[in-house]
Amino acid sequence: MSNELTLKPASPAVGPGDPLLSITGLKKHFPVMDGFLFKRQVGAVHAVDGVDLEVFPSESVGLVGESGCGKSTTGRLVTRLLEPTGGEIRYAGQDITHASRKELAPIRSEIQMIFQDPYSSLNPRHTVGSIIGAPMEINGINPKGGVQRRVQELLETVGLNPEHYNRFPHEFSGGQRQRIGVARALSLSPKLIVADEPVSALDVSIQAQVVNLLQELQRELGIAFLFIAHDLSVVRHFSQRVAVMYLGKIVEIADRKSLYESPRHPYTHALLSAVPEADPDDDRERIRLTGDVPSPLNPPSGCRFRTRCWKAQEKCASEEPPLVQLSGNAAGHLTACHFPEDAAPAAVPAQRAEV
Amino acid sequence: MTTQAKPEEVSAGSGGTPFLSVRDLSVRFSTEDGVVRAVDNLSFDVAPGSTLGIVGESGSGKSVTNLAVLGLHNPDRTEITGSIKLDGQELVGASNRELEKLRGRKMSMIFQDPLTALSPFHTIGRQIGETYRKHTGASKKEARDRAIEMLTRVGIPQPTSRVDDYPHQFSGGMRQRAMIAMSLVCDPKLVIADEPTTALDVTVQAQILDLLKDLQQEMGTAIILITHDLGVVARTAQDIMVMYAGRAVERGTVREVLKAPQHPYTWGLLSSMPSLTGDVNVPLKPVRGTPPSLINLPSGCPFHPRCDFREEVIGGGCTSERPPLSPATGHAAACHLKQVQRQDIFIDQIKPRLG
Amino acid sequence: MLRFLVRRTLGALVILLIVSMITYALFFAIPADPARLYCGKTCTPENLALIRHDMGFDHAWPVQYWNWLSTIFTGGTFNNVHCAAPCFGYSFAKQELVGGILLNRFPTTLSLTIGSAVIFLIVGIGTGMLAAHKQGKATDKIASSVSLLASSMQIYVAGPLALWALCYSTDLLDLPTYVPFTDNPIGWAGGLLVPWIVLSLIWTANYTRMTRSSMVEQLSEDYVRTARAKGMSGTSVFMRYAWRGAMGTIVTVFGIDLGVLLGGAIITETTFSLQGLGELAIHSFRDSDLSLLVGITVVAATLIVFFNIIVDAAYALIDPRIRLA
Repeated sequence: MSNELTLKPASPAVGPGDPLLSITGLKKHFPVMDGFLFKRQVGAVHAVDGVDLEVFPSESVGLVGESGCGKSTTGRLVTRLLEPTGGEIRYAGQDITHASRKELAPIRSEIQMIFQDPYSSLNPRHTVGSIIGAPMEINGINPKGGVQRRVQELLETVGLNPEHYNRFPHEFSGGQRQRIGVARALSLSPKLIVADEPVSALDVSIQAQVVNLLQELQRELGIAFLFIAHDLSVVRHFSQRVAVMYLGKIVEIADRKSLYESPRHPYTHALLSAVPEADPDDDRERIRLTGDVPSPLNPPSGCRFRTRCWKAQEKCASEEPPLVQLSGNAAGHLTACHFPEDAAPAAVPAQRAEV
Repeated sequence: MTTQAKPEEVSAGSGGTPFLSVRDLSVRFSTEDGVVRAVDNLSFDVAPGSTLGIVGESGSGKSVTNLAVLGLHNPDRTEITGSIKLDGQELVGASNRELEKLRGRKMSMIFQDPLTALSPFHTIGRQIGETYRKHTGASKKEARDRAIEMLTRVGIPQPTSRVDDYPHQFSGGMRQRAMIAMSLVCDPKLVIADEPTTALDVTVQAQILDLLKDLQQEMGTAIILITHDLGVVARTAQDIMVMYAGRAVERGTVREVLKAPQHPYTWGLLSSMPSLTGDVNVPLKPVRGTPPSLINLPSGCPFHPRCDFREEVIGGGCTSERPPLSPATGHAAACHLKQVQRQDIFIDQIKPRLG
Repeated sequence: MLRFLVRRTLGALVILLIVSMITYALFFAIPADPARLYCGKTCTPENLALIRHDMGFDHAWPVQYWNWLSTIFTGGTFNNVHCAAPCFGYSFAKQELVGGILLNRFPTTLSLTIGSAVIFLIVGIGTGMLAAHKQGKATDKIASSVSLLASSMQIYVAGPLALWALCYSTDLLDLPTYVPFTDNPIGWAGGLLVPWIVLSLIWTANYTRMTRSSMVEQLSEDYVRTARAKGMSGTSVFMRYAWRGAMGTIVTVFGIDLGVLLGGAIITETTFSLQGLGELAIHSFRDSDLSLLVGITVVAATLIVFFNIIVDAAYALIDPRIRLA
């Protein structure tokens, strides 16, 4: 993409060093109803269960984990598509945890979302122009030169032909549709984009195109990203800081170098060692987790990973490990584990010398 | 069916008499928009007990090829030419009756998404046992015992009770294990696994790939592993065939293809994949453009509209002449570039980019 | 399952209570005075009041409703006729117990409904499966076009047409009559043959189309492909896998259709001059016969609620993913 980026960089109204997004103790429990004559709550799916996370302006934070770990729910809570059960979400210092529609209106334009499936997230009956222009109309924004001009600018920004604004989504390929989704998210000059598995439905070669596009936008427009994905390689490539989630909790968070080169949590180790690399000489030590992720309906006591952890001891069942900086860790590298792995050896050798 | 006389010619490098031998296979579907050339003149072999990884993106023809091997295409709308020999028996043009006898017994298939690929209406035990009964004439009791035995072999805990469960009562990983049990119940000599781990989490994927490998060693099954993930192939296969627009563009052992790839498309695939160790400051290098329409294939080499190196072909020919997969044996690529050129380009331009 | 049945039955009773109450309320919302109808031409106010009292119309409607409700359990005496519990009241228009009238009329409607349902299910599903099996071939196209044509028919057109073609002009079949099954099974079937044919003609088409489309849909499901990949024969894939999947849709729609079919009894019975509940409903409304009207409504509602419970239970038997609760 050699397109000139014609959008003005976002300038968040937060002081230097302050987080753009700050969530503390965020919880989302989905009630499970049952009963004989009258339904009542008999339990809850603890989808997100106490997540602390900060996203700074112009920063990309990756959120990784396996299906059901709560990463997508977290994304939807941040964009307030879901109502949090507990905790606090602050955007640019303002508490938006339970903000009403009206209160959210000015913020909605600053937080945008990109969805996983480029096929189902675009209305097939609307032209690309009206899909991308809709956020502006809904928010009553009249850009200089008119909506159409702005839409064409956006199409060019995401690498699509600006003359195609009158076409329908089905006339585009999967990768192009995802670009349309990106253009829609950009239409209000957001400061934070929550991208929920934005490339996982795409073919490898197309995936790279979209990752590059997002990266370019992040750098040039200074947009902060909460990048939710299950692909650890893509997350590493795109995010400066990475948080690993397991059963509704963050088990480890660090800058990407620290996390990928010296992970401390056994789960992070296992996750990294399970990623297959396209290298026949890949002789990393493999950690095989047994069994499946337990049900979030009834998560294990203490450390939630203990049922699959090879290091688990009694303490792990009785006491929940706090997310703290362990000795030997870089600043900002937090791990929630009673018996962490050694700091030195990494699951991924630091930059293999020769391929 | 023209080249039946030279079966050794296109050996994939593992040697020995191939168990499956595909020659000049073409699969065409007639649709309202025109004829889709899903597979075009494809030849490959699979040696007994070995694993061939077929890599390609959506629309490359990898799944269509394998459905043709099993004879699962609708004969009313599909035209299949060429030859598919399984253990010496010709499958193209074989009657439905003959194919039914082979499916599930000599060759079987593992599908991508076990949730939709298993019948929601029948118990796991019945679905496994049914295959066994069909091909061995065993009694219901024997089939159930066999199902329990298979569930034990694929590592399902409490197989005697879980045999009566329905697929929705299993987790994703367990379902894929059950699917594997079902495909192996009659000790087939060829298993076609179509993206067997794409729907699974990375830690579960590792378990399933290990399981497939173990079972292959135990039973001497040949495996065709269809995937878009070069990492998965690197971990499991001996040979690779890279497909693009219904044709094989590169073929060789895993080491040959991943360590010294010769086709520009393979280069593109490798440099669009982020790795766990690559330099995060170097942007990914995607294959530009989008995959071609199979109804209206580009002339000459189907990859030429997306190829960055066609200027370097001496004497041109990319747009007019289709390059053959050559040499006939061993590591081969279908490209007009001279072999020396390809080596130089890979070493000078591609290799440094890869992590 | 037991828990499901108990829960749903209790729910059904609540629904019936509400339905009967609404019927009462609606009846008193229309400006008709049933007592005046029986008072005759020389009606003095004293007489009218007397009749009103006899009929129980001198109370407010909630009180009357309560009386009606308690009579079901306690029984009562109307016009010197004793009505034992469960007693559904007395029809002053017909000078008969409501329970008796309903029992008398109910078999006709039931025979009409069940008989045609059996025919159109068998023929419709059969044709639909055939069409799905021969997808895109001549059989499929013929079946699809015929069913499209037939489904656009309406009973008040097809009915008289059939009567004319089969009875009046040719004497091929008997004019519709109702002979109790227990008296003469052959006469029962013969008497209802023409309405059955007409109803089936109209309804079969829907089931042909629905069966075909859901079979075609099921046949393209992944698990059907898996079954074929296991070496299952075409027939067993068709019957054991695809059909099993298609059944859920058919059962659901059939459950709804049974209600429509019962509701349509009013037109059907009028068309064929059969003395069933539908025909009775028209009469009772014309005569402002409250107790009979409520009786018919409750019977119809009971049937629909009952069929719904059966359908839900059947659905759970077909698809193990559905949990009854």
